Amino acid sequence: MSTDTGTASGTHPALQEEPLVAGNLSFHDITELVSRHTEKRTPLAWFGAFAIANILLLTLLVCIAYLFWNGTGVWGLNNPVGWGYAIVNFVFWVGIGHAGTLISAILFLFRQQWRTAINRSAEAMTLFAVMCALIFPGIHVGRVWAAYWMLPIPNQMEMWPQFKSPLLWDVFAVSVYFTVSLVFWYVGLVPDLATLRDRATKKLRRRVLGFFSMGWTGANRHWRNYEKAYLLLAALATPLVLSVHSVVSFDFAVSIVPGWHTTIFPPYFVAGAIFSGFAMVVTLLVIARKVYGIEDIITISHLEKMNIIILLTGTMVGFAYITEFFIAWYSGVQYEVFAFKNRAFGPYAWAYWTMMSCNLIFPQLFWIKRLRRSIPFMFVLSILVNIGMWFERFVITVTSLHRDYLPSSWDYYTPTAIDVLTFVGSFGLFFTMFLLFLRFVPMVAISEVKAVLPEADPHFYGHGDGQTGAHPPTLTPTVD
Amino acid sequence: MLKDLAEHVKASMSIFGRDDTDLYGLLAEFKNPGELVHAAEGVHTAGYRRFDTHSPFPIHGMDKAMGLGNSKVGVFALGGGLTGLATGYLLQWWTGAIDYPLNISGKPAFAVEPSIPVMFELTILFAALGAVVGMFAMNGLPRPYNPLFYSRRFAQASDDAFFLHVASNDKYFDVEQTGDLLRSLGAVHVEPIFDREEADEDL
Repeated sequence: MSTDTGTASGTHPALQEEPLVAGNLSFHDITELVSRHTEKRTPLAWFGAFAIANILLLTLLVCIAYLFWNGTGVWGLNNPVGWGYAIVNFVFWVGIGHAGTLISAILFLFRQQWRTAINRSAEAMTLFAVMCALIFPGIHVGRVWAAYWMLPIPNQMEMWPQFKSPLLWDVFAVSVYFTVSLVFWYVGLVPDLATLRDRATKKLRRRVLGFFSMGWTGANRHWRNYEKAYLLLAALATPLVLSVHSVVSFDFAVSIVPGWHTTIFPPYFVAGAIFSGFAMVVTLLVIARKVYGIEDIITISHLEKMNIIILLTGTMVGFAYITEFFIAWYSGVQYEVFAFKNRAFGPYAWAYWTMMSCNLIFPQLFWIKRLRRSIPFMFVLSILVNIGMWFERFVITVTSLHRDYLPSSWDYYTPTAIDVLTFVGSFGLFFTMFLLFLRFVPMVAISEVKAVLPEADPHFYGHGDGQTGAHPPTLTPTVD
Repeated sequence: MLKDLAEHVKASMSIFGRDDTDLYGLLAEFKNPGELVHAAEGVHTAGYRRFDTHSPFPIHGMDKAMGLGNSKVGVFALGGGLTGLATGYLLQWWTGAIDYPLNISGKPAFAVEPSIPVMFELTILFAALGAVVGMFAMNGLPRPYNPLFYSRRFAQASDDAFFLHVASNDKYFDVEQTGDLLRSLGAVHVEPIFDREEADEDL
């Protein structure tokens, strides 16, 4: 595209924002940069990574098979700690997913245009994280052959699920979340699949992409409905994402266990979810942008903005930790006071202080601009944040249960090797899916990135919307 | 009458008819989004209604330039949402209070308060599906066959080219005059598109 008539000048340098897309890319450059990774021969390194991910995935499957054969006794659960790794991993993975929806929906409603560079991969991450999450409630029911009782399916026993239980709300919340995220992601993909279809050189590839792109032609009559549907999906996904982790927190908050029975849980869980999800997006994109050479599309300024959100939500989460302590003391309930003292100084103090340092203390370093923009630093910190957030769920679940009302039943919970391998294996599923995504699907929303370039605005050319065309065409018209 | 209505609805989905010579319309290429908006304004001012622009991304102000009103997708989302809300309410009420009442800690068999989460989730689910299904339905998608795909140049429409297509069944359509209009509006290339329903050529 020739861009000889720019209008965005005359602003004071201090007021100019960094461009969303660096390197002066044209529309075609963006198509090329993103599409080529799905079109070239599969690199050897991809197969290497895929093999490792597959080994982990196999570990997960073997652990699940072993669990099904033997029952939940292979896990480290005891009385009173009847909820262990399964719920911790479930909450951890669902939380990771939340960043994708935040980026695709909430930042869209707030017109944060920088989201276009990262929303596709973040949404994909959401889907895969929710897949990992859904495994755990599925396998921890013990009698897996009865897992379908969670769904309202007419059956010969003439039974229905018990809708007054937060665990059942969870089934609805998480499965609706998965479905809506999938639909949202697919709708966003349609124009980009059409781009790939139009570039395809092999017949089969063209057919397959033609099928999934539904015959998209970029017609404005279509864009009109498309943009409205996209806006509606964003508006629907926003309360949905807030509801999902709120409902997850009800699993705890609706019980009467000290340390769980608090009204702060829903907002605190949602903030924690966004916190951990953004950290995972940073971990993945720091690698992906480098390997796939799209540093001009996912710029350092995008990463910095995500780090600011990590700083913000991390501080919110830390504030919630402190508030919990204050309320426990202020309530004057001896069980609550004990539960929190026990968290910080009891047998699981090591887990508590891991959580505190990873979630509240370390992210404060992001106040320093140089660290916020340093790739190695943010990579390490994003991993620390996810370790911290996994420990948060561990602390909430285990410390509250292991000291319940009756001291004679107190016990110490230790996971078994199967517990740990199942969790590690779930990363295998996550990375297998993510690698398939990077290989076959445009990892950046091509049409959305193009739309935020200054050249995409008709006013850039001096006409449109109330102005008349000032420039005569520079090329001579021809007819075939 | 019914045929006119069908044609009108199809046109709103960017599906147009062909004339006796199998002509589907004229496809004009423009240099950039600005020129395309200007051209759409020009074509609309000249009285044409059955035309559409094709671009790799939605262009700001194009709906106004083409004289299109607000999209109706919201109606589908609202319908879906209300259906979901009613489904959530009826499901929990009928299963919990009528078909299989269970005494849980002496709580009522059915009450609205504990039913809100499921009602809410189903509202969102049905509204989202309504919006998406409604969007595809009103766009006439999936539509794997489109005469515009016969144009070699049109493959660029999903990359970096900007097209305006005037359908041959527009009442003002005339190959010569419409072509001149498009060229006077700054088209860099104008080509006729034929709809002969031929099989895909081998790549």
